Formats: sequence, C-alpha cells, structure tokens
Amino acid sequence: MASAVPFVRAPKRPRAADEGMIPQRGSGSSAAYWLYLVPGLALLTFIVLIPLVWNIYLSFTEWRGIRPPEFIGLENWQQLFADDAFWASFRNSIFMIVAMVIIPTLLGLVLAAVLFDLIGKKFGGRVASFLRATYYLPQILPVAIAGIVIGWILRPQNGALNTILEGIGLGGLAHNWLGSPDTALASIMVVLVWVQLGYPVVIFMAALQRVDPELYEAAELDGAGWFQRFSAITVSIIRPEIFVVTLTCTIAALKVFGPIYVLTRGGPGDSTLVPSYYAYTEFFQSQQVGYGATIATALTVLIAIVSIVFIRAQAAAERKEREGL
Amino acid sequence: MTTLTRAVPVTERAPRVRKPRKRRTIGDWLLLVGAILVALLIAFPFLLILINSFKSPEDYSTGGPLALPTALYFDGIAAFWERVNFPEKLWNSVWTSGVVAVLAVLISVLNAFAIGIGRIKGRTWIIVLFLLANLLPQEALLYPLYYMFREIGLYNNPWAIILIFTVIQSAFGTYLLSSVYGTFPKEVLEAAALDGASRWTILWRVIVPISRPTLSVLLIFFFIWTWNEFLIPLTFLVSNANQTVPVAISVLQGDRLMDVTTTSASALLGVIPTLIFFLIFQRTLTRGITAGAVK
Repeated sequence: MASAVPFVRAPKRPRAADEGMIPQRGSGSSAAYWLYLVPGLALLTFIVLIPLVWNIYLSFTEWRGIRPPEFIGLENWQQLFADDAFWASFRNSIFMIVAMVIIPTLLGLVLAAVLFDLIGKKFGGRVASFLRATYYLPQILPVAIAGIVIGWILRPQNGALNTILEGIGLGGLAHNWLGSPDTALASIMVVLVWVQLGYPVVIFMAALQRVDPELYEAAELDGAGWFQRFSAITVSIIRPEIFVVTLTCTIAALKVFGPIYVLTRGGPGDSTLVPSYYAYTEFFQSQQVGYGATIATALTVLIAIVSIVFIRAQAAAERKEREGL
Repeated sequence: MTTLTRAVPVTERAPRVRKPRKRRTIGDWLLLVGAILVALLIAFPFLLILINSFKSPEDYSTGGPLALPTALYFDGIAAFWERVNFPEKLWNSVWTSGVVAVLAVLISVLNAFAIGIGRIKGRTWIIVLFLLANLLPQEALLYPLYYMFREIGLYNNPWAIILIFTVIQSAFGTYLLSSVYGTFPKEVLEAAALDGASRWTILWRVIVPISRPTLSVLLIFFFIWTWNEFLIPLTFLVSNANQTVPVAISVLQGDRLMDVTTTSASALLGVIPTLIFFLIFQRTLTRGITAGAVK
C-alpha cells in the first residue's frame, strides 16, 4: 500500500554539517573544494547533460540529420502514441523484464538459499562456491557475445539444437528458432535468462551471510518447516538486496540492445523489436532523427518513473518494518 | 548501478561452515543433483562452442555438435583470426578500456573528494545528477553525441569512446566513492592537516593510498564494463581498423563466408578474453560486486 503514503518522507537522519572533514586553517575556504569538481562536472555537462537536453528538444522536431531541424511541436509524440510498432516494442520490453528480472530473481532466491543453506553447510563451502561461479559465468560476457553463443546453437540449418533433436528422433521439433515469429522472442528470453541468472545468486548469497543462524534455529524449534523459514526470515532480511536486484535488472531489461542487434534485428516483423533497437534504426537507417529522439526520450522517462517508484516503495517498506519492530 | 549487472564475480570466501552437521538426507542429495544440473545447463553452451571451434565443417556434419573433434582443426579459428585481424581488435579494446579505467578512476577520486571529504553544499543533488548519468539509456545521448563528435572530427576515433565512457563510468564511481569517503576516518585527516599538509597533498598522500583497495576494484570493473560495451562503440567506430572485439565479432555474424565451425570459433574468440579476466581478477575482486549493491 505504498500509494497511501506517497508523499511522506522517511524520517531524516541527522545530516552531516556542510563543512569539510579536513580542518581549515586560514588558507582555502570550503569553496575551494569546488575546484576538484570542475573536470568531472565539465565532462558530465558536455557528454551527458547537453546531449540529453538536445535529445529532448529533437523529439519536437523533424530532422533528417542534414539540414537544420525543423520544429514541429507535438507531432512526433502524437505519431508515437498511435504507432503500433512502438507499442509492440514496449510489449516486448515486458517480456524482457520477465526474462531478466522475474525469472532470475525467483530462481536466484531458490538457488542462493539451496547453495548457502544446504549445499554450503552439508557438502562444504567449496562445492557451493564452485557452483556459484559456474552460474555466474555468462554474466562476464559482453551481452552481444552471449547472444552469438546462443545464436550459434539455435542456427536454422545444421544448428546444434536442431541436430541434437534430429539425433534423438525428435526431428519434428526442429525449428527455425530465431527466424519464426512464434519462437524468436522466446529464444531471446532464453539468452537473457542464461546471462542474468548468476547475478541475483551472487548478490543473494552474500546477503544471506547476514542472516543470524540463531533465528533459524529458533524457528526450527518452533516447528517451522524449511519453506516457512525461507519466506518469513530469509526473504525479509535480504529484502534490500531484492530491491536492488529488481531495480537494476528492470532498468537493464528496458535497455536491452545487443542480443537483438546480433540475433534478430527486431524481426521477424516486429516480434522482437525493443525500444532501444527501434530508436537506433530510426536514427541511423530511416534517418528519422526526430522520431528516434522521441522514442529515446519516452524510454528515458519510463526508466526515470520506474526508478522513482522502486525507490519510494523501498523507502515505504523500510519505514513499515521499522514501525513494526 | 545498472552496470553492476555486468559485473565480474567476486568469489567471496566460501560460506562459513558452522558446525558441519553431516546428516545428509536423500532430499539433500536430490537438491545437490538439481543444483549441479542447473550448473551443467549453464556451462553447456560454453562447452559446445569450445568443442566445435576445433572441428572442420565436414567433421561437424558427420559427427554432429556433441561429438569430440576427430582431429584438432585450427583453420576455422585461424581464418577468423586473420579475417578480423584479431590482434588489432584486441589492442583496440585493451587500449580504450584501459585508458577509460584510469581516467574514470581519476575523475571519480576528484569528484568524491569534493563531495565526500569536502562536503560541499548541495552534494545530494550533485550525486543525484551523477547517478542520473549512469541510469540513462545511452540511446537518449546517442544522436547528439554522434552529431557533436562528427562536427569536431572525433567520429570514428577511439578517443570519442574514451571520452564518453570515462564520463559514464566515473558517474558510477563518484556515486560509490562519495559514500566511501563520507565515512573516511576523520582523525587521520586531522592528523595530516596538523602536520601542515595541504588538501592536495592529503588527497594524494593519505586518502588515495588508504582507499587503494576500493580504487583497484573500480579500476577493474571500469575496464571490464568498457570492454563489454556495445551500442556506442558500434555506432562510433565504423571503420574496421578501430573496432573493438565485441563489435568486430558481431558485425561479421551472418556473413556468407562464415561456415558453421568458423562461426563457433568467432564466438570462442569473443568469450576467451573475458574468461581470462574472470580467472585473473577473481581473487582481486573479492567483495566487489556486492559493494555497490547495498552501499
């Protein structure tokens, strides 16, 4: 029920005073610290702030990249809301969120708990560490390369998966996985689950070290089963990590580009089109810079909203917990 | 913080073994088997790529993807290696990622010194500003940057990539390091000031050496994150000679001359460098990934 208290701020912690930690002597006022920020802020202004504002401005223009942009008001935005391809790209983003957030987080919770609670304790920490490192392996790849690895397995002719299916007498199931509208999106999702799974496992296992074993033993004495302990104790203690993982992964899911570029280019049709790839093609293939900028701006707004909602929800949850204690 | 999703793992010390109770039930064994099956499933694509990169296309079509190569065949790898001029691409990636890592750490230190140690006014907003730079989708900057760098003649130049990623990575570094420096032991700073050291001296002689472990984790992360970047290098480095490893490999996919095992070899060449980082840095990066997760 976060909506009930959206505007109540978390109780403020006493703020550190606005003075430096290095004691001042006559020379050098605290304003001198600003000098240290000059290079960083100047770079930030040129590489991020100016392009960002410029991009928002471009969303109100028609521009093909050569002659000066022509101001056309809200036309791009009207076109955007009526654009089926744009809505298709956002529908696909929801599938990206399923593949990068929901499945990895749920599966990651279970795997982390199994590794930490059971395998780590009964079969030794080394086995647990080794399994964790294996789960994490795809995370280190450039995501475009991860796409190529899975794409190689899914090749239509003589691809590994189709060949294996034929080999075990299931040749009927062989399929042009990335090239047909019914399986292309699912194939991309497989790539993303594969890449993403290790991240929550590593984060959650580190978080689990915070759980006081005595809480568990007490719950066990009270007759709580493993699942009850897991949902009542574990999940509530590592909630901050769950928030961080879901937030960072949701943002990453909204930005997916590499696997789409290397595997399907948004096709067939618009069955795997995502906003970032859509904006990219508008910029550099259709030369509709104004419209591309509109898509990119819409994506930015969405990411900002998601971040704010998450951070508020987390603050609300923390407050509730403090009050409950 | 999103960038953390691409982070390198950090093998922490194995979960502590408390009172090893060795009552292993059948259920325990089943769960172990399940966990191992998941690990095999995840490792399987790597194994497939590995064994098939050393096969000739004929070997592949007779033995299928699961068989071990009948004879080690290096032509696929060699063909791709020469085709993309792999050493050149490796050097491009090492150079851009290396310069970005160093510059981004430097900028992060300067920013965090002002924010965390100097506690300048309005620091919360400045941190929000930097965080914003890190959360933004790169598409929202892409075209203006493309246009700007064309105008100043840095398009298709590695320095464009270096500048852009120095800013994006240092935005994260500023965010993380500011909170680290915010809790820096004040006594140390006071003692140094009492000895007559200036701020500049204190920064380089006291703060940087003491925070070196954090800085080296940042350095490694920045290197690997920049290595793995795709969209902006793809857009900015159009000529073959400037491309980075992931871009060079990606643009050749689907090429007519790439037979099945050469394609596999191309994927293997993309995987190997990051695998090497993983092995080298695994120890150095202890605690790294979780450091940013919950500050």
